[in-house]
Amino acid sequence: MSYEIKLDIFEGPLDLLLYLIRKNEIDIYNIPIALITEQYLEYLDIMRSLNLDLAGEYLVLAATLIHIKSRLLLPPVEGDEEGEEGEDPRNELVRQLLEYQAFKEAALNLEGRPLLDRDVFTRGARAEELAAQEPEEEVMIEVGVFELVQAFRVIVSNLDHSEDMAIDTEKMSLTDRINEIMERLSEKKELTFTELLGERNDRKRVVYTFLAILELMKLRMIRAYQLGPFGVIRLFLAVEG
Amino acid sequence: MKEKAAILEALIFASEVPLTRDRIAEILSDTEKKEIETLLEELTHQYEIRGGGICLTEVAGGYQFRTRQDLAPWIRKLKAARSAMLSPAALETLAVVAYRQPLVKAEIDRIRGVDASGALKGLLDKKLVRIVGRKDVPGKPIIYGTTKKFLEVFNLKDLSELPTLRELKDLQGNDGEQQDQGYEGRTPAEDPL
Repeated sequence: MSYEIKLDIFEGPLDLLLYLIRKNEIDIYNIPIALITEQYLEYLDIMRSLNLDLAGEYLVLAATLIHIKSRLLLPPVEGDEEGEEGEDPRNELVRQLLEYQAFKEAALNLEGRPLLDRDVFTRGARAEELAAQEPEEEVMIEVGVFELVQAFRVIVSNLDHSEDMAIDTEKMSLTDRINEIMERLSEKKELTFTELLGERNDRKRVVYTFLAILELMKLRMIRAYQLGPFGVIRLFLAVEG
Repeated sequence: MKEKAAILEALIFASEVPLTRDRIAEILSDTEKKEIETLLEELTHQYEIRGGGICLTEVAGGYQFRTRQDLAPWIRKLKAARSAMLSPAALETLAVVAYRQPLVKAEIDRIRGVDASGALKGLLDKKLVRIVGRKDVPGKPIIYGTTKKFLEVFNLKDLSELPTLRELKDLQGNDGEQQDQGYEGRTPAEDPL
């Protein structure tokens, strides 16, 4: 057998398996697992010997194939509790292969369409320019603690460090800050993190504001949303009124 | 040519993006939607029988003038060949998103049997795929869908114009349940835009 083919043409383990099935002119509904497993493992060996980065997914499928092979060798257990009796152990794999094949065809189909800027062209303006003019198709994404911490880090890193020396006469408590945030939110409905901080961006204020927001989110009093990843984080009251 | 048809032609010509029926109705406020529909059909037909280099194409929910497909080699000369094609991995990923949207990355990985992170990022950068929201399950995974630009680039009126996926043959000894959540006879979901 010769393996004079480019290995990087495979888009993944399922693709390789489909290739082997086609090459051997095998009926996909009746895959000779022993033969296919053997050939599949041979390909993995070649890929390894070529120092190709063998993605873990290839090994997972190898394990699946060997598992199926072993199950085919065993007589069906009577009264199998998993309720799998009667079902061909290959079925799950076949389903996966057929599904993948359908999408592979769909992908080819897409590629065969008259593509903009390849087969058909619009007047003057290039697609990229159009995209830039289009209003961004964005929706609000609910923000998790992780994104908030990210925003917090950005603000803290922008702080004026000379302030650290200033004597702080303003007394602040978390409760005060929470009340203030709730008050401002009920007035304005929507505030960004930066707006909440106001002009006096000293470290203490930032930290207290951040803690207050976290507390309010935990209590489900407010919700934080952003427009797409890395967008501005906006805070809303969780309950209207 | 009727005056209204001339206005319509001018509007589509001057628009930077595919001109939607709604937008036309807004501008031609004294014209019935039905009449606009007829005018659009007539105009499309006129361009067809004219056999010129420009076609009036219905794409991404609107109308746009596009060059005739078989003239592409000439235009490519004009545009100094800059048609970056999508990789097979990107196309496969895009196909999965287009047919199964809205969906999370884990679903794409499962169908393709490989990690789709790279392909997905490329598609997001190209604005063919967008983030639709987050699924309300632990970890709040991101939900993806296709964009309007996807329809424009692939010359599609809407998602229902995608051909139906090849149907699964019935598997012996299968109770069929698993196939129901598959794509048997399934047509793509309506454009969520």
